[in-house]
Amino acid sequence: MTVDPSEDRSVSVLPDDLWTQPTPSVPVDLGDEPVRRQVVPGSMRYDYTPGLASSRFLRGLAEKRILGERCPETGEVYVPPRGVSPVSGLPTTEQVEVGPSATITAFCVVHIGFGVNAPPTPFVSALFLPDGAAVSLYGTMGEIPYDEVRIGMRVEPVWVDDDQLTESMENIRYWRPIDEPDVPAEQLKGHM
Amino acid sequence: MRDVAIVSVAQSQHRRAAAELNEVEMIQPVIRAALDQVGATISDIDFTCSGSSDYLAGQAFSFVMTLDAVGAWPPIVESHVEMDGAWALYEAWLKIQTGAADTAFVYSYSKASPGDLPRVMSRMLDPYYAGPLWPDSVAYAGLQARAMLDAGVTTEQRMAEVAHRNREAARNNPNAQVVGSASVEDLLAAPMFSDPLRVHDCPPISDGGVAVVLAAGDRARDWAERPAWIRGIDHRIDSHQVGARDLTTAPSVAIAAQRAGVDGAFDVAEVHAPFTHQEQLVLDGLGLGDDVVVNPSGGALAANPMMAAGLIRLGEVATRIMDGSVGRGVAHATAGQLLQQNLVCVLEGGD
Amino acid sequence: MGVTVTVDDSTGGEGLLRAPLVIEYPFNRTTGPVVGAFVSALRDRRVLGIRAADGRVVCPPVEYDPQTGAPLEEMVEVAATGTVTTWSWVPEAREGQPLQTPHALALVQLDGADTSVLHVVDAPGPEALSTGARVRIRWAAEPTGAITDIECFELDGGAS
Repeated sequence: MTVDPSEDRSVSVLPDDLWTQPTPSVPVDLGDEPVRRQVVPGSMRYDYTPGLASSRFLRGLAEKRILGERCPETGEVYVPPRGVSPVSGLPTTEQVEVGPSATITAFCVVHIGFGVNAPPTPFVSALFLPDGAAVSLYGTMGEIPYDEVRIGMRVEPVWVDDDQLTESMENIRYWRPIDEPDVPAEQLKGHM
Repeated sequence: MRDVAIVSVAQSQHRRAAAELNEVEMIQPVIRAALDQVGATISDIDFTCSGSSDYLAGQAFSFVMTLDAVGAWPPIVESHVEMDGAWALYEAWLKIQTGAADTAFVYSYSKASPGDLPRVMSRMLDPYYAGPLWPDSVAYAGLQARAMLDAGVTTEQRMAEVAHRNREAARNNPNAQVVGSASVEDLLAAPMFSDPLRVHDCPPISDGGVAVVLAAGDRARDWAERPAWIRGIDHRIDSHQVGARDLTTAPSVAIAAQRAGVDGAFDVAEVHAPFTHQEQLVLDGLGLGDDVVVNPSGGALAANPMMAAGLIRLGEVATRIMDGSVGRGVAHATAGQLLQQNLVCVLEGGD
Repeated sequence: MGVTVTVDDSTGGEGLLRAPLVIEYPFNRTTGPVVGAFVSALRDRRVLGIRAADGRVVCPPVEYDPQTGAPLEEMVEVAATGTVTTWSWVPEAREGQPLQTPHALALVQLDGADTSVLHVVDAPGPEALSTGARVRIRWAAEPTGAITDIECFELDGGAS
């Protein structure tokens, strides 16, 4: 018998003669349901270490502090820090506490959640620019209807209970509005 | 063809685990040193190409993070290969040949220490026929060693001699991880590790990286007193079907060597042979005379950062040309498993 | 904000932060007709190769001729017995490997094939195995349509 390639997923849109699906004759009966797909399980285990700068940042989070690091050339503060300024390529050597108040620089209303930890939909994921930082942190919004979130909105982090604090981004449960006027969008230029 | 040269080389002090550093922290000093040696900043570089693999440290988009160390803002012309950095250098060399760049920066690195490297390496195999068997890379290499031993192409004695010579040579390499060796006699007295391989036949697992600056013509002469000119470079690949290959030869080495112009006298050869039995296959493919000094750095048996150990071979030859200690050398890099894919580069001093 | 701390470029004696990280790759791959036929036949405890342009039988089968790149046309059945062409010893099995006891990784040229298949051989120790040894397939009890339907190879009588 011959396996019918039309039943398989199309793998090419090349014109005739540039690509040919092989359709060899098969000397045995493959049954009514030949295999067309395979799921091969496999997982890889790693012993992850975050590096010097990220360790400093995570240890700060365990104390409910957001610690960025300053580029020695431009003076900009990056958070979370990776140990190197993305603008100058130089190591960041000065740690600077930023926030906790922050400004929303971008957001997205999520109607389809992915993963086991996704909040109930709809929810708002957003980028939060901590006061004093050059770049934004990712997180989710709470304590506000999703259709009232705005770019420029002033927010603060809501932390887990003190006895739950660890060296983890999960220390910030979500962000919520604070009673301050919005930051005009033009002031966020360069941070969006 | 444009004259293109390696004008700067820097590498890390390779070690078993750089656990306290993330990848960008590990590679930043190497990147900085390679640029500083020629007084260059990233704005002097027309094209940047890196080599790394996310599987090794389990770090998604690792190469995007390490670009921070280049200072890639405002945006630069940049590319990446999921291959040894020798292939990143090949792409950069091509870019310069097209005239689209006069200078290039190439780097590659890995942190293999967070994972189980021999198991991680199985993910590069055919996902239908080989991947589901999770063959570890040491036993996999043992298939080739056994085939060579059975065919009389090598002997356990010769393999031990390769281990001894490389690791003794590593005494003069400040970046080496495994330095010095027991006598050949004592090596052969050790028990089998993954029969027919003993521990000394296997490369170390290393965290580390390398960075190289390339430049064309007068720019190379400005940046280096003695540029290491790339006189020929080529790469070839054998079948991925391991059961269809003759494991006792490396045809892709021989063809790449021929195309790269490996001919005449060489002062030095740096070959990328992670397992002892592989050095002979590479040397046979290159067809070098007995008078060539092989792996004065200690080769991949002294330090084997994945994705970097091949580019390091080019760097080791270039460094010796730039410091005036040799005039002409050949460098080899390999990728895939069992010397499946091979790159050969002829480097020369002079004008 | 504004609190500035001088950073010591070390872990400050606090030890490294570490976390287990597990990455899964549960790809759902289409097999295409050639691999699909090969693994479908394995379910029925039969092994297929494919005839190359030069007449040689390639097993496990490939879609295109290794020399010319032309699509191949004829799959052929090969035997469940064969010869070890090379092997190495796995003293400590890793997660996911077909045998969880010490075993050999091997290339086996099945009778009727001209190339070798990668798999494992169940043997008591490296001294029990040699290149040229005759082996036969031990079939998995519950086939799924994968290379692992071959549970392993086992020695077929005495090693040659």
